[in-house]
Amino acid sequence: MDSVAPDRDGPAVEIRGLHKAFGSKRIYEGLDFTLRRGEILTILGGSGTGKSVMLKMMLGLMDWDQGSVKVNGVELTGLTEHAMVKVRRDVGMVFQQAALFDSLTVYENIAFPLRERDIRDEERIRDRVAEVLAEVDMAGSEQMMPADLSGGMRKRVATARAIAGAPGIILYDEPTTGLDPINVRRLIELIGKLRKRVGVTSIVVTHDLEAAFMVSDRIAFLGQRRILDIGTVAEIRNSKIDEVREFLFAMDPVEGAQS
Amino acid sequence: MRSGAPDPIKAVILAPEQRVRRWLMLLGEIGILSGQTFARAFRGKFGFRAFVDQIETIGMRSMSIAVLTAVFSTMVMTLQFSSQLARFGAKQWVGNVVGLTLARELGPVLTALMVGGRVGAGIAAEIGSMNVTEQVDALRALGADPVKKLVVPRVFATMLVLPLMTAFAVVTGVLGGALIASLEGDMKMSYFYNAALRATTMADFLSGLFKTLFFGFNIAIVACRNGLHTRGGTVGVGQATTSTVVVTSVTTLISDFFLTKLAMVLGWIQ
Repeated sequence: MDSVAPDRDGPAVEIRGLHKAFGSKRIYEGLDFTLRRGEILTILGGSGTGKSVMLKMMLGLMDWDQGSVKVNGVELTGLTEHAMVKVRRDVGMVFQQAALFDSLTVYENIAFPLRERDIRDEERIRDRVAEVLAEVDMAGSEQMMPADLSGGMRKRVATARAIAGAPGIILYDEPTTGLDPINVRRLIELIGKLRKRVGVTSIVVTHDLEAAFMVSDRIAFLGQRRILDIGTVAEIRNSKIDEVREFLFAMDPVEGAQS
Repeated sequence: MRSGAPDPIKAVILAPEQRVRRWLMLLGEIGILSGQTFARAFRGKFGFRAFVDQIETIGMRSMSIAVLTAVFSTMVMTLQFSSQLARFGAKQWVGNVVGLTLARELGPVLTALMVGGRVGAGIAAEIGSMNVTEQVDALRALGADPVKKLVVPRVFATMLVLPLMTAFAVVTGVLGGALIASLEGDMKMSYFYNAALRATTMADFLSGLFKTLFFGFNIAIVACRNGLHTRGGTVGVGQATTSTVVVTSVTTLISDFFLTKLAMVLGWIQ
């Protein structure tokens, strides 16, 4: 079915009874999850628990075996690639490895989603590129090639590209990895600013506990092929679930001991 | 078996079946990608800029390989034919034989093998690297279609460039043959050249070019498929590249036989 009628009042993302396996390795078994509109939610969990996979499923970049994934109220199961494009226009993603197009300049990378939205006015594109680059503190880097950028700079340009099309939902896959503390703080401020200014809903996948506690409205903990715990920062800090407590302690012994 | 180790006899029996299944899956994937390529090419804007960029990348940078291969192969062929035909007193036919062989077979096949190796490996490595660094996912996430953005321009550019390059290779190859015939075989360059032209009809020339259209499509679509299916980081990119060169070379040689037979059955050439 190609008709896509987004619902902007309900949950931003709704996942029900999700099952996914890679060969014999089962990733999810009946995973349920709701992302409320306008919130900033962080997903924590050990390596290989399927945090990044969940983000890719929300964009329809990866198939699932069973269950339902709804983005802006649109059911993604069985949606054609053509129909999926309309869903993706309201969802930006910052990839784990930045995923900048190597053959394009920083300017062209950020202009890409704008051109895909059929914006042809070059002046408008130029203004928007300059604006989002300034947001991530990369002003003046328009003509640089991705190969000339450090890991942290690539992440910031990738963030600029993800927000360029002004999506309503932004998915961040390990956004703070490779960033220095100053830029981590800037990114956290940017995520908060985007929500405050234009009501952007965000999901952040990270191992960075400090960043997670600073930025999140709620935190979800992924483990044992489902969401083990979900709640506010205070609730997660005081979680009674052993696996969550163990994770918090391992990631930050001081924080873990306090909780 | 109690140890759980694979049964070697079973493995030998199953191996051909698995190999056939893998080849059938590959064929199926190539078939689907081919259908998507033609469907997407004519849906929305064609992407002329990307197409021209690919013509430059594929065409201009492969020209020297195509010309060098054609010239030196023809020079060797001229040397060999000159000495062998001289034994039967038929040395004056060397231009005819070389011209015809080059236009019908050697020009298209050698160009496809040489340029195909370079172009196919390049496409597979480029798209494969994009795939393992999540750039293909990023394309889709940003609302673009990877088939339209990556596959369509490469396939159509290769289909356009390969026949043109083959035509150029045939002409320069004949000139190389004429040069060596004059230097080594006591034959005027003009005599060799005119003999080659006389023996080669437009049908011979066009049948060769017709084959390169198919070769070009085959090279690009296999390379794109392998690039888009690359998994496993840099090792995967290496495997995709190697596999592309092997598959395109083998399929070029096999399809050359069937395309030549088809041209004969249809009466295009005799």
